[in-house]
Parts: sequence; C-alpha cells; structure tokens
Amino acid sequence: MTDSADLRAAVAAGVTGSEENYRTLLSAIVEVARAIFGAKASSILLLDDETHELVFAAVVGEGEENLVGVRFPAGTGIAGWVLATRTPLVIEDVNKDPRFASDVAEDTGFVPKGLMAAPLLHEERALGVLEVLDRPEQSLFSLQEMELLGMFANQAAIAVDLLLRARTAERILMQGNGELAAVARLAQAIAGLEDEKQRKAGLELLRNLTSTLGPQTSFR
Amino acid sequence: MIDVAAHAGESLPAWSLPKDAVERISLPFHWPDRVTREWAWGGSKGAGARVCILDSGVETNHPMVGDLESAVAISLGENEEVLVAQDALGDLSGHGTACAGIVRGLAPESRISSVRVLEAGFTGSGGILLAGLRYAVEQGFDVINMSLSTTKKPFAAVLHELADSAYFRRTVLVASAHNMPVESYPWRFSSVISVGSHEVPDPLTFFYNPTPPVEFFGRGVNVRVAWTGGRSAAVSGNSFATPHIAGICALILAKHPELTPFQLKSVLYLTASNVGDHT
Repeated sequence: MTDSADLRAAVAAGVTGSEENYRTLLSAIVEVARAIFGAKASSILLLDDETHELVFAAVVGEGEENLVGVRFPAGTGIAGWVLATRTPLVIEDVNKDPRFASDVAEDTGFVPKGLMAAPLLHEERALGVLEVLDRPEQSLFSLQEMELLGMFANQAAIAVDLLLRARTAERILMQGNGELAAVARLAQAIAGLEDEKQRKAGLELLRNLTSTLGPQTSFR
Repeated sequence: MIDVAAHAGESLPAWSLPKDAVERISLPFHWPDRVTREWAWGGSKGAGARVCILDSGVETNHPMVGDLESAVAISLGENEEVLVAQDALGDLSGHGTACAGIVRGLAPESRISSVRVLEAGFTGSGGILLAGLRYAVEQGFDVINMSLSTTKKPFAAVLHELADSAYFRRTVLVASAHNMPVESYPWRFSSVISVGSHEVPDPLTFFYNPTPPVEFFGRGVNVRVAWTGGRSAAVSGNSFATPHIAGICALILAKHPELTPFQLKSVLYLTASNVGDHT
C-alpha cells in the first residue's frame, strides 16, 4: 500500500464497523445459506495470503463450535480446487473422495456426505470459499441451486472484502506510527458526533487536513 | 513472445489471393445436403483424435479413464521460467480425472493427454495456467479441454492471443463458461467453444445457445464421473459440461479430421439438440 492508501485505510478504520460486526454479518450469511438449501451446515473459508492456508471464518450447523479458526493448506480438498480455479463445484458423495480434507472433518466429528462450494470473488481476487454441506438426500441438485449459490457467494464476497479491509486498516493502526492513529481517532470522534452541525464542521476540518496532506489523499 | 506461430520461428506472410492462386486453394470437401449426427460422428469412437485435459492432472489407470498418451506438469521456476516435467503425481484434486473420464466415456478410442496446471499450495496464480495453455497449443492437440477460467484481467489479452493461435492451428479449445456472474476468461472469446450446463441426463444431448457469449450447453448436472483412488462421484458444474462437448468434438474430428475449428463449430450447431431434429 502507498502512504496515502495507508492513511485512507487507517482513517476508514476509525469510522467503519468493528470486526465483531463483520463476523456477525458472515454468520448471518452462512445461516441464510443453510436455510435456503435446507442443508445441515454451511461455512465460509478465507484465504490467508501469507501462509497459503484456508481458514474457517464462519460456520453454522454441525462443527460450528470447533471449526472456526481451523486451518488447512490451500490447494487441497474440494475448497482448495474451487479457490484455485475460481469455479463453483457440487459433489454429492464427498465422503468417498479421498482428496476431501477428511482429516480436518474427522477431527471435528463431522464428515459431510455432499458439498456445494463457490469461490468468493471480489474484483480480480479470490478471497475464500463458501460451502454448503449436506443438502437433503432426497433432493436432486438443480441448476437453480447453482445460481442461488453463486448469488450468495457474491454477496458473501462483498462482506468478506469489507472485513479484510477493516483488518488491514486495524493492522496499520496497530503497527503504524502515532500520526495515523491520531488521524483515525480524530475521524472516529467526528463520525460519532451527535450534533449534525458539529459533525459537518468536523468533516470540513478533515477535508482541509486532506488537502494539506497532499492531492493524492482523499477523504469523503 | 505470445503468438505460437511466431514463437516457432515461422515468417509472417502477406495476405492476398492472386487470380492464378484460386485453383490452388480449391477444396475437395463435400458437405452433405443435410448435416446429421450420423454423418457427423456415426460409427466414430474418437480413434486417433488427440485430446488434452488442461486441469489438476489425471489419475492413470482409472477404470473410467484408461491409458494416457502423456502426462506433464507445468510449473514456474524461481525466475518465473516455465518448467515442463513428466507428471508423476497424477491428479491432485479429482477434477482432471473426472473430465478425462467423461471424454473417455464418449470417445473411447481417443488419445488422452494430461497437462497439469494446478499444484499443492496453489492459490490461483494465472501464470501457470497461461504456460500450460501455451504448451498445449504448441503440442498441436486436436482438442484442449479447459474446465478452468481466470478472473485476472491482465491475463485476458495473452489468453486471447493464445486462443486465436489455437484456432488458426486447428486446435479446438473447449472452455467452461463461468457458473457465476463474473468476468472471466478464456471462455468469452469467440475463437473458443464455450460451454454451460443443461440438466438433461444424456451425454449426447447438447444445445446451441442463440444468445451468446455461451455458445453451447452440455450435460453438467448430477453426472457420475471418475474420481481419484479409482472411485467415482456424482458432480455438477459447467466444468463437467465442457468435457461432454470436448468428447463430441473428438468423435467428429476422428471421422472428419479435415475440419477447421470454424467448420467444427458449424457442425456442432447443425447437430445441436435444439437445431433441426437431433433429439
């Protein structure tokens, strides 16, 4: 990131929602995904760019108590293929597939029989994978479900992108110099002002600050 | 260098047709009054047609796949140089084996090769994909099955040129359309045969789409396919519709090896289940 991008991210961290809010959003997405497909479980896995691992970020249904935070190497299992090729996949008898990362599932006592997985794509990046596990056995998979899955994955990708941006911003604040943190605190304080007049004046102040910092920095 | 012809050191000719040259390009090919499936691939088992599966590798000796003609793995070296090695690992995901099995089921006597463009720890760099496709085009396969796409815009131009190179070299590139509403490549290019899914449980049912960019729909829902470990799985996705069309291309090209990709696409159109009476 450039300095101005760092600054924007840091300021954004002051005025955007907390990580907890985003986690709640991710949980809501997997809950709705499970409900729509009448499935036993649903999860969102995020790619950790630094370690090349997929990490369970949100889980609902079986495994929800102990799967969040579990990691496995990207490029393995069905989720790994979906991430690498950016292509959705439905496989119905996944427990017969030795490439499914069943050791992960067995650790948690939950081995799914069927799995739908779609990549979480934002712009040109693959951020992770949305999975829906164990649909009702009597229902045959249809193209309509594939379309729904894709729509859900796109919605989830937007939430994930926001979450990742917030995390980046937070990291910059934690690691960054005192000036950035001060700007972010200032932005946070202004955004929190109840008096609209005061808030407008505060935002004007920030705009002036932006022009002082340089033409590449923008604050809206 | 991107263009495969230029890459091979061929000189670039000037393009025009003098009057006295017309005789030389007269083609003896006789088309029937009506192109039927019987004419297109009746009696064909794909003998001699060379099909490349550009994917996660293919498991050798799987009962639904049989023998492979060749199997290589593509990787990038420390300085991003392309490395091509004999593939000793087979299939790292199951996906390539599934695609190869579908082609084998339709065209049992075709010659199937695997070009692996995925590796462990791989998270979606398009560089290997491009290198793999370039290698496959250089090998002069009749059909390349590409149940993959990339969303990376910087790769689009290079993929486009590779797809055109394949087209002019009589290599048919059969590419999966994306199942999701995102921009991805190379399936959107008109020089490839792009494939989406239909739900009819018949491998020879395929439809021409009068409203592209997706040009054909192949069987892609609840398909029983080969999977790793000598097993099978029931799968859905455009990834599996694509090798159905690739297999049908192999059948046609085995019987009519003189067809160019443009002519082959026309034959597919004329024999599609929703065109004429080819149910």
